[in-house]
Amino acid sequence: MIELEGLTKRYGDKVAVDSLSFSVRPGLITGFLGPNGAGKSTTMRMILGLDHPTAGDVRIDGRHYDRLKDPLKYIGALLDAKAVHGGRSAYNHLLCLAQSNGIPNQRVAEVLDTVGLTAVARKKAKGFSLGMGQRLGIAGALLGDPRILMFDEPVNGLDPEGIHWIRNLMKSLAAQGRTVFVSSHLMSEMALTADHLVVIGQGRLLADTSMADFIHRNSRSYVQIRTPQRERMLDLLHDAGVTVVEAGTGALEVDGGKAEQLGELAARNQIVLHELSPQQASLEEAFMQLTAESVEYHAHTDSPQPEPAQPHPWGDDWQKER
Amino acid sequence: MSTPQPPMPQAAPPAWQAAPGTPHPTYTSPIPVVRTHLGHAIASEWTKIRSVRSTMWTLGVFLLLVVGIGLTAGALVAGSASASDMGDDTALSLGFFGLLLGSMCIITLGVLTTASEYGTGMIRTTATACPSRLRVLLAKSIVFFSVAFVVTLAAAAFVGVAQVGMIDQARTPTAGEWMKGVVGVSFYIAMLGLLSLLIGSIVRHSAGAITIMIAAVLAPLVIALFMFAQSMEKLRTALFEYSIPNQLSVFYSNSLGESGPSGWDPVWIIVGVTAMAFAGAWALLEQRDV
Repeated sequence: MIELEGLTKRYGDKVAVDSLSFSVRPGLITGFLGPNGAGKSTTMRMILGLDHPTAGDVRIDGRHYDRLKDPLKYIGALLDAKAVHGGRSAYNHLLCLAQSNGIPNQRVAEVLDTVGLTAVARKKAKGFSLGMGQRLGIAGALLGDPRILMFDEPVNGLDPEGIHWIRNLMKSLAAQGRTVFVSSHLMSEMALTADHLVVIGQGRLLADTSMADFIHRNSRSYVQIRTPQRERMLDLLHDAGVTVVEAGTGALEVDGGKAEQLGELAARNQIVLHELSPQQASLEEAFMQLTAESVEYHAHTDSPQPEPAQPHPWGDDWQKER
Repeated sequence: MSTPQPPMPQAAPPAWQAAPGTPHPTYTSPIPVVRTHLGHAIASEWTKIRSVRSTMWTLGVFLLLVVGIGLTAGALVAGSASASDMGDDTALSLGFFGLLLGSMCIITLGVLTTASEYGTGMIRTTATACPSRLRVLLAKSIVFFSVAFVVTLAAAAFVGVAQVGMIDQARTPTAGEWMKGVVGVSFYIAMLGLLSLLIGSIVRHSAGAITIMIAAVLAPLVIALFMFAQSMEKLRTALFEYSIPNQLSVFYSNSLGESGPSGWDPVWIIVGVTAMAFAGAWALLEQRDV
């Protein structure tokens, strides 16, 4: 169980994490979702006591991280795969972690086997591929056989086989009754793995809901209609008691409508249709809508929107902090 | 006639639906819980320092410099010295040259012990595994100091014995001179390395910290060399006498000046400076984000 209470982190006048309050429960995979720069990693670093919160509180099983005497047995974390001295072998890297927490040395061989790195255990970490580095990081997280596991973007840069492996690993960990907290910026990835969803944007909590609820609320199906006789079609639909949404592109969207019925309705009234297509809003779209205002780095596609001047994206400040 | 709708098979409720309200059986690990202490951190730091190649390199070069230069100096003096050549000095004082150059290696290793963790990102893993910043800093200091002291002591003792054996023209060192010229100087060099380790922790950048330390060793002496003005005489003398090379030579009782540190003074000076650096490094570790 991880509990956050009004957790806030400011870098200068830039707010990276803005009074976040939520809890991560055991037995579930909780997805921590947000666009790049939303404050996911900063939040995770504060959970681990690496960064000091400006305000608020975060507790692991009711205790502050720095009060944990053998933290690796409470919480295992994969923050970034780069947090390894490249000159040290995988075995020695894990050995020094095990020793600092009084974990029996034979655990090192066990976790190396779990993540499939036994063959390269004596090889230097700097020769590892991205996927191997990720596996080494996960081995470190599993070392203390902890009740809570936290993974920051674990599937980044992995091949499909690796992604599949991590998904199954997380599911089996949660099934054992452990708390699994995993961040991602990909809704599609979360939809496949997470049971619960915490969405943040620009450091603020946007949603804290079960995955099923989120899917139920956000996967709307509708029929998109394009016609040169737009006004007549609108009147007809209105008379038929059908609610219509006028999309910005000039198309009409009928929520929950059947394409067959709408087509027949148009045919009976001799309306020319240019398009009549059933649509399904994806979770990705729902996520993008949810975080639309909070996305920090917009790509400019068409008409440039007036953007608030941001001479210093917070990433810059963060770099300076180090 | 309408066929009756077949009853929709009710999907089994996924695990999460049972979640609200029902307490989950939390996972219990078979690994025994241990109350960790400084000893665990020391074991961890020992694994770290012995498992990287930079340790072997810096200490290897150190041994090469100290033993190589020491034996060369001994051979040179032994081959050409008359009884008066060494004056009142013992043969031990010839160990100075190798140790002065070798100290650069100890400085480098000290800096790398802390700063390389920042360079590689390992520090985040370290701080996650051991949340007590003081314990990590203490463990690093103890492990590094022990390694540096033992290696320097072995090298200095070997070179000392060899030099005294080679040069029979010089005065035989007393027990006190052995103590200062071998144990004292090794302690000083190891402390200098520990100071470098702390500077590495403060600066968090390998190249920067090494530059600072090498400048601290060499700059005062070099600057003093070029102070010709009369009005700067006092400063010049102080820079000479308290420069690290001169403090090193105090262990062999051949200082550049008469008024500066003497006897065991350099030890107290370096212990004081290192203690202050430790306090500073600790305070910064507690205050800064990793």
